[in-house]
Amino acid sequence: MGETEGKKDEADYKRLQTFPLVRHSDMPEEMRVETMELCVTACEKFSNNNESAAKMIKETMDRKFGSSWHVVIGEGFGFEITHEVKNLLYLYFGGALAVCVWKCS
Amino acid sequence: MCRSLVWIFCAGKLGRRERSDKDEGLWNCCFLCLPGTVFSICCHLLHATLPQISPSSPVPTSGLSLAVIFSYKRSVSVGRGTRKRDEDSGTEVAEGADEWAQSKATVRPPDQLELTDAELKEEFTRILTANNPHAPQNIVRYSFKEGTYKLIGFVDQLAVHFSQVGNLIPKDSDEGRRQRYRNNLVTGSEESAKLVISEAEVVEEEDEPKEAEAGSQTDVPAAEAAEKVAEELMTPKQPKERKLTNKFNFSERASQTFNNPLRDRECQMEPPPRTNFSATANQWEIYDAYVEELEKQEKTKEKEKAKTPVAKKMGKMAMRKMTSMESQSDDITKVTQAAKIVERMVNQNTYDDVAQDFKYYEDAADEYRDQEGTLLPLWKFQNDKAKRLAVTALCWNPKYNDLFAVGHGSYDFMKQSRGMLLLYSMKNPSFPEYIFSSESGIMCLDMHMDHPYLVVVGHYDGNVAIYNLKKPHSQPSFRSSAKSGKHTDPVWQVKWQKDDMDNNLNFFSVSSDGRIVSWTLVKSELVHTDVIKLKVEGSTTESLEGLQLYTVGCGTAFDFHKEIDYMFLVGTEEGKIYKCSKSYSSQFLDTYDAHNMAVDAVSWNPYHTKVFMSCSSDWTVKIWDHTIKTPMFIYDLNSAVGDVAWAPYSSTVFAAVTTNGKTHVFDLSINKYEAICNQPVVAKKKNKITHVQFNPIHPIIIVGDDRGHVTCLKLSPNLRKMPKEKKGQEVQKGPAVEIAKLDKLLNLVREVKTKI
Repeated sequence: MGETEGKKDEADYKRLQTFPLVRHSDMPEEMRVETMELCVTACEKFSNNNESAAKMIKETMDRKFGSSWHVVIGEGFGFEITHEVKNLLYLYFGGALAVCVWKCS
Repeated sequence: MCRSLVWIFCAGKLGRRERSDKDEGLWNCCFLCLPGTVFSICCHLLHATLPQISPSSPVPTSGLSLAVIFSYKRSVSVGRGTRKRDEDSGTEVAEGADEWAQSKATVRPPDQLELTDAELKEEFTRILTANNPHAPQNIVRYSFKEGTYKLIGFVDQLAVHFSQVGNLIPKDSDEGRRQRYRNNLVTGSEESAKLVISEAEVVEEEDEPKEAEAGSQTDVPAAEAAEKVAEELMTPKQPKERKLTNKFNFSERASQTFNNPLRDRECQMEPPPRTNFSATANQWEIYDAYVEELEKQEKTKEKEKAKTPVAKKMGKMAMRKMTSMESQSDDITKVTQAAKIVERMVNQNTYDDVAQDFKYYEDAADEYRDQEGTLLPLWKFQNDKAKRLAVTALCWNPKYNDLFAVGHGSYDFMKQSRGMLLLYSMKNPSFPEYIFSSESGIMCLDMHMDHPYLVVVGHYDGNVAIYNLKKPHSQPSFRSSAKSGKHTDPVWQVKWQKDDMDNNLNFFSVSSDGRIVSWTLVKSELVHTDVIKLKVEGSTTESLEGLQLYTVGCGTAFDFHKEIDYMFLVGTEEGKIYKCSKSYSSQFLDTYDAHNMAVDAVSWNPYHTKVFMSCSSDWTVKIWDHTIKTPMFIYDLNSAVGDVAWAPYSSTVFAAVTTNGKTHVFDLSINKYEAICNQPVVAKKKNKITHVQFNPIHPIIIVGDDRGHVTCLKLSPNLRKMPKEKKGQEVQKGPAVEIAKLDKLLNLVREVKTKI
């Protein structure tokens, strides 16, 4: 019973691997969806290199939504940031990654 | 000393310096001596012809050739020095010629020769020639041909004054062409600029001529400018040789427009608002978040599973329907109110004259018609759906004076079809406000006094139902059924009662099955109570085993007393009227042998507590005092009377309708024996009028016929007469007056009766 439960949890957990879970966001709906998709794409593409993923996200955001975006991707960090209102997205991805994207010029 | 102005006229040109032997050494010319200017030129030429100069110098000889011939009367000095001096004095002479008018005394230089007058007067002619003084006059050369020295007659007189090696190259030579080519390349790029410049120059040049000093010069530059323009026009693209601009004719002009002063402007926008945000991203935080999400998802899944799929579908469908309906109904509901108003307005406009009549028309002819009145037809209400159904019941709404209910059904025993309940408003004669349809014909209806939205109807099949007008359903809110004790025969009359002790709604119904049933609405269910059973008196027989059998009378009409709550009258098919009480279920209080045929309607007088009226298919209308067994008044109307109704405004007025389509209005105070109004109301004679009702407020009545039409009629003033008092006394109004009025009448009758 315990084993099956454990397996079930793992299976469920694994199912959530590619499910981005938005922890905090104050972006408008469209922007948020776009950014989420972009983050997912970037993280999947550069699954072993956070820096490149962050770079890709940052550059794309700069192009789309204006300059001075900041992106942090990692598995263990704490942060305190000042961001422009309605330009923050903080999401978890893949069960272990956390992505924080904000704009501040 | 004398002086003389020497004026020598110039002779024609000698042409080229083709010297012929004749002319050797001698030039015969003269020059024009003008004071000042030309003389200086002459002096220049003189210097040029000094002995140093060889006659072979290339002195331009085209045009005027000048030699100076001095002819002066001064003493000639020998040698060049003197000549110089003479020249100087000659100059002096010319200049002195200007001044000679001023002073005649001459100033003599100290070293001047002194001569005698005779010597002074001597004229010497000097001839200056262009011969080269250095040129030898007798050159001898050895001629090898002849072997002797020969004298060369022709001696070259050319004297070179000045020579310079020039750097001009002929255009067509090789070098010239090469240079030109090179120049073209260099100036090719500048040609456009040059064009502009040259054009500008041309423009300037054209402006220039106007400002040129000498008038004669204007033509030349203008011509040149025109030439240049023509050149440019013809060869705009060819590389032009640099135009040599004559500085006298062309000058460059430039101007600078005023540059607006520069000003600095700064602006600072408000920066987009910023807030702080902080969080931690750890493995355990991430894990927790995901687990939470999982749980949420599972919960929603369970919820979905808990609902049955059908219900879920239904819910979804309902939701969809609701949303679509809402969206539809939103559109409609927004419009309904407006549409309703517009509909009413349109109706009012269409039936404008009718509305005006209803409000304001008072038949003036009534003054002339003594004691008689008329009924003015107003609106006619009909509906397609109720076309073939007879009007079986009419009722005015107690609250809304323009609203009335019409029940449709069929009196025909054989042809029974569906029934309809329509509610019309006088404001909209073309379409009913509410439509309810039922399976069985409606035979009677009543509206609640306190709850004007509750309508109770009795059906042909014995059922009773309550309709709630507030709810849009077309189905009754409450309905009796076989289980709940419906009648077994058509329900002929229903009437609301006051709410019972528990504030439940309560109504009575009478039917042909002989039962009078009291229905109570308890917790949305109809509960029935048999109030009384109509037994035909005298018909009780004892059967076996001691059961009492009785024939059941068929109740056809009833009416409750206005003041005495428990007392009510029931009319039966046998023609009897029973006075009953709610409390006694088996015994009647009284019985009246009213009619020979079925009693169609009974009605208490609204004012007089003792008086009631009944009508029947035996063509009669009878007015009773309930204490007296015999009727007070009997009226024979020549046709079966369908309905009779008291007027709400007077105790002595009532209306009766007959099956021949006539409406009779009686006013007992005016005419005890005859109707004051006897008027056919419906168009076709075959139309039987089935019911009549007075409007409680307005002076109108509605009559329904068996074709499903309801006609609204206005009572003329004669029919609405109030009792006239003697002048000086106040006109008393109120129920007391009415009662008194009726009493008076009744007393008359009673007296007569008692007398009889």
